[in-house]
Amino acid sequence: MKLAESMAAITELAGKLTEPVRLMEVCGTHTMSAFRSGLRSLLPAEVSLLSGPGCPVCVTPNRYLDTALAIAGLADVQICTFGDMMRVPGSSDSLERLRARGGNIKVVYSPLDALAAARRQPQRRVVFLGVGFETTAPTVGWTIQQAAAENIANYSVLCAHKTMPQAMAALLDDPSLRVDGFLCPGHVSIITGSRIYDFICRDYRRPCVVAGFEPADMAEAVLMLLRQLSEARAEVEIQYRRAVEPTGNQAARKLLDDVFEPADSEWRGIGIIPGSGLAVRPKYQQHDAARVFAAIAVPAAVEHQGCRCGEVLRGAVPPTACPLFARTCTPSAPVGACMVSSEGTCAAYYRYAAAR
Amino acid sequence: MCLAVPAKIVALDGTDATVEMDGVRRPANVAFIDRPAIGDFVLLHAGFAIRKWDAENVREYEAMVNETRRPDPAAGEAP
Repeated sequence: MKLAESMAAITELAGKLTEPVRLMEVCGTHTMSAFRSGLRSLLPAEVSLLSGPGCPVCVTPNRYLDTALAIAGLADVQICTFGDMMRVPGSSDSLERLRARGGNIKVVYSPLDALAAARRQPQRRVVFLGVGFETTAPTVGWTIQQAAAENIANYSVLCAHKTMPQAMAALLDDPSLRVDGFLCPGHVSIITGSRIYDFICRDYRRPCVVAGFEPADMAEAVLMLLRQLSEARAEVEIQYRRAVEPTGNQAARKLLDDVFEPADSEWRGIGIIPGSGLAVRPKYQQHDAARVFAAIAVPAAVEHQGCRCGEVLRGAVPPTACPLFARTCTPSAPVGACMVSSEGTCAAYYRYAAAR
Repeated sequence: MCLAVPAKIVALDGTDATVEMDGVRRPANVAFIDRPAIGDFVLLHAGFAIRKWDAENVREYEAMVNETRRPDPAAGEAP
């Protein structure tokens, strides 16, 4: 469906709403697309888009960063990471600052590059920072399987992978938040399939639409949500039909199941959500950095004074409600994780909304 | 972080492939793709193909991008 057709239909349906609706996009890539395209500002006043906890860098807690920094301080270690993690502040330091002081930290495009670094440097322990949702976890899991198969003993992953549906349920369990429907993440759903959201519709009576990332995709998904709400339906629908099926990518799901097991996981701003993380299974413990470096001392994590990233991540407040936003916290000198990542809600607000 | 971009498989050796995106070639892993073949379009995430696209999917995507694509000065693109 063309963008203009969707927008016209949204405007017409919005005029018939009895009360305003709040829809949440739970993927950071959706957040960026909605801001960058102007979709957010084009929606009628009755329809608001909230940004959820879908930026993996943003929801990674200080304790994980602090552990990565402690491991990075060891003489025989090379840390490999996606670039997004470099500037995320831990309790008192960041990977970028540690690298500037001589830390051996390498930015990679793919976990395959980290595995190749381990192959090339058998004398060094190479640790990949495994951060991301179900889209990314299979790619990291594949390197763990491969390291085991090739006996690359010096490769391990510090795993902070998270799964999305439990976080969506945790938000709905919070009585202070109101979310009327979800734009579900398109690329997570390529791996998982759309059926993972069935329980949101069944148990919470909220409609879910799996959306693509172009402005026209997102507008059509908003329209599909409004139609469901106006007809009092709560179903899982797929807008991103060119990529997503109900059952997902079987090979990737099988690999996820082989390498990882569900675990409780800490989300910045939300706390520990039972079963919302992925831990490396014991049979691959040689490649699990949490076990390899279990003895390392990590000081207790300290949160940044005044930072409201946690509430922003839950959609409870907009970034502009934070006293640090655009004052002491900017993209060039970020205090909170949501300002660091280009997909973070604060960074998107700063770049596309606050200045205009 | 969950970005995925369309790419075309131009060489293949087991699960190791070379893909092309906008004229740029790079290595990719196709372990998650059922019966990959040279000429297939795939969606690429972090060096891995996570989904095969048929020609109709690619056409739909290109039409959609062309409908709304404008340069973004905030991202450093010339107007």
